[in-house]
Amino acid sequence: MLKYVAKRVLLGLVTIWFIASATFFGMHAVPGDPLAGDKATTAQIRANLAAKYGLDKPLATQYWIYLGNIAQGDFGISYTQENRKVNDIIREHFPVSATLGILAIVFAALGGILWGALTALYRNRWPDVVIMFLVILGISVPSFVVAAISQWSLVNLNQGVGATVLPIGGWGSIWHMLVPALVLGLSTMAYLTRLMRSSLLEVVNTDYVRTAKSKGLPATRIFSQHQLRNAILPVITVLGPAIAGITTGGFVVEIVFAIPGLGRYFVQAIQQLDYTVIMGTTVFYGAFLVFMVIAVDVIYGFIDPRVRVDQ
Amino acid sequence: MAYPTIYATIWACFFRNLPISTSSPNKQLAQFFALAFIAVAALMFVLHYAGSALSGGNQNAIAVDPANNSIAITLREEPPQLDSSRATDAISGMVLGHVMEGLVRMGLDDRLEGAVAQRWEVTPTHATFWLRNDAKWSDGKPVTAADFVFAWQTALKPETASQYAFLLFAIKNAEAINQGALDPKKLGVFAPDPYTLVVELARPVPFFAKMLVFPSFLPIREDFYNATQGRFGAEADQLLYNGPFVISRWVHGASMTFERNPHYWNQDEIHLDAIHVPYITSDATASLNFFKDAKIATTGLQAENLTEAMRLGWQIRQHRDGTVFFMEMNHRPEHPTSNLKLRQALQLVLDMDELVYKVTKLPGYEPGVSLFPGWLMGEAAPLRQEYPPTRITPDPAKGKMLLDQALQELGLSEPPTLVLLSGDNPIASVQAEWVQQTLKTQLGIEVKIDKQIFKQRLAKMTAGDFDLVLAGWGPDYNDPLTFGDLFASWNKNNRGQYNSAELDALVNKAQSNVDPAVRMAAFGDIQQHLIDNAVILPMYERGVTYVVDAKLKQLKRRVIGPDPDFSRAYIETGSD
Repeated sequence: MLKYVAKRVLLGLVTIWFIASATFFGMHAVPGDPLAGDKATTAQIRANLAAKYGLDKPLATQYWIYLGNIAQGDFGISYTQENRKVNDIIREHFPVSATLGILAIVFAALGGILWGALTALYRNRWPDVVIMFLVILGISVPSFVVAAISQWSLVNLNQGVGATVLPIGGWGSIWHMLVPALVLGLSTMAYLTRLMRSSLLEVVNTDYVRTAKSKGLPATRIFSQHQLRNAILPVITVLGPAIAGITTGGFVVEIVFAIPGLGRYFVQAIQQLDYTVIMGTTVFYGAFLVFMVIAVDVIYGFIDPRVRVDQ
Repeated sequence: MAYPTIYATIWACFFRNLPISTSSPNKQLAQFFALAFIAVAALMFVLHYAGSALSGGNQNAIAVDPANNSIAITLREEPPQLDSSRATDAISGMVLGHVMEGLVRMGLDDRLEGAVAQRWEVTPTHATFWLRNDAKWSDGKPVTAADFVFAWQTALKPETASQYAFLLFAIKNAEAINQGALDPKKLGVFAPDPYTLVVELARPVPFFAKMLVFPSFLPIREDFYNATQGRFGAEADQLLYNGPFVISRWVHGASMTFERNPHYWNQDEIHLDAIHVPYITSDATASLNFFKDAKIATTGLQAENLTEAMRLGWQIRQHRDGTVFFMEMNHRPEHPTSNLKLRQALQLVLDMDELVYKVTKLPGYEPGVSLFPGWLMGEAAPLRQEYPPTRITPDPAKGKMLLDQALQELGLSEPPTLVLLSGDNPIASVQAEWVQQTLKTQLGIEVKIDKQIFKQRLAKMTAGDFDLVLAGWGPDYNDPLTFGDLFASWNKNNRGQYNSAELDALVNKAQSNVDPAVRMAAFGDIQQHLIDNAVILPMYERGVTYVVDAKLKQLKRRVIGPDPDFSRAYIETGSD
């Protein structure tokens, strides 16, 4: 088991190095001057800025400096917010995204497994049809529409009641998180529902289920011990990357609900060619994703002993 | 199978080794519910406190709060830079305008008035400012001339790498200091005594006092700046304030609170005790929702919300934000747009009234007739009243004729395909498509739209990789020169590289002549030159439509200086 984990971690480090390098060169290949603003400046002012950010050095030198800094966990200073370290941006805003993300994942996982199990049990009957229709909606309606509609509904709810039932945005308490978390987790919930349904239907005709039936086990026990436990594996697989995706922030949800998460920095940095923030958030996100994939692999080993084959 | 049983089975398959799974189904169900309830409640409890630890603590602020004499507003984005020596953007400028004060400020009547300076005098070689002796920093110490000397030296140091250092180049030795060729101490700014500031000018700058509204000229106190060790302006406690308010709390990306500064000298003009910024969002719809929910006191309106706003009886106001948008042409010889007749043909078919009133239909926008916007002051009245620009009447037939002549001059048999560089926002796209459509139907010119995100568009503009480009310009100070020198051959913002000795001479005259009448006449000539030679095609002046809570008075919108300005606002209470 230890060897298995060690190998995974090593591979993970190589992946992170690859992500860092690809982002670095990709970012520099994008046309556009990160130091350019609305208004043109003199060559001297630009040179002063370039010197400050080390952009006056050859690309290869910049790359080595940057790799060295990353190895020490230093992502440098933002280009657009010249007084803030990228490390500070991640440290201050990731917890917000993560907090919201945890709630979103809980909603998504519980909902997805529940609805998925329901659709499989009532296959081709009305609960299945209704839920699957909602699932298609959940997957295909973009989050900015869902976010805007839910916020608009909240405004009307508050006006109807004449008091603040739920805040329509901002950050500070669990009440601020409920609706954004639902919106953020919605597409994952829909996706998990579909996945849960298909994997449950897959196991329903397997030999071991038939054996269990012929043994005379009660239906509930077959469902819980034989069907669900096997069907849930694919769900766990996608849950890892989904956790990384959701907890690093939903740009749209953060903007609409005025939530100070990391997602907006991630997107805006790319639009503004803020090199250090692009690098910092991408590498952080990449590392987090890699970590989650490793975590899933390890958890897999506990849930399904067959996975630990390479020992 | 019943709904709750499924949860029970999910529970069971994960935790079947726990003692609970051995009991009867009903008992198992009850246990599951109890545990699930406790688990979710615990999670929410944890998240509740985790969340509040990260919040700004002013989430309960309401739009207008007479009891606490405070208001709440929203910001479009986090202020990127509160170090005044480096700030360039409107949001930082707005925040700094509430918490800092320079030598002069723009008054509620849009005229320049004394702030830290009581009076001043500008001659062709010097500018002298006499400072009030009751202006104080938020720690109670007096604001002195030395604070301005230090701030301006800092803004010019190469290590500061200020993007707007060029604004200070009017001061003697400034440019050499920015190049690193001279010691910052050699800057032509002196404090002969704590309350007198003398500036040596590099060249005559008749409008020097007007430039001082810009944040780059705000004071910075040396001992405080040094104590922040490179983090000046990064946090609420890394700034020293001398304005009407101080930032009492700043949670990055989340919220800010401005509280009245007890050390501010001009207490009589300040009415509010606090301004809360509980939300930071760039989403216009979200901002409108906050307004509807009575959480913020003012918000911008989109065209599609106008009807609703009128139905609800909101106070709708309009404000021209000062920015002029125009189509720049590429004057480099290898581009067909370098041909005068071709440019004039475009000028004759592109009807900006049609663009503004029938195509974009944005409230508060006005069709462009000149590079100089209507609000810009001339000698005594707005420049455009003193020197009215020639109006171009659309004339497609004449345009077609000019195009034929242009093709002959260019040695082309059919109209060239033009590349139109445009931004990627919806408004820019609509405009680009309108230009494409109009030129195709009126002149038979094919237009290829090259849509780019901001930085890429800038890179292509700078490289001259376009025939036509949709661009805009916002003023830095209230003198026509902020627009007037844009197309001088040496100006870096002249991305089409228009090069005319005649225009350059006019710009030179407008820049350094001390006689206001001569200067304004020169601007009138510049305006006419740009129209006659179709150097650019002015498209529109941008407007802002917004609503304000009825109880909030004296909210000031302006073109130059902090906008919107809440510093003199007050809450109307009682009688009505």
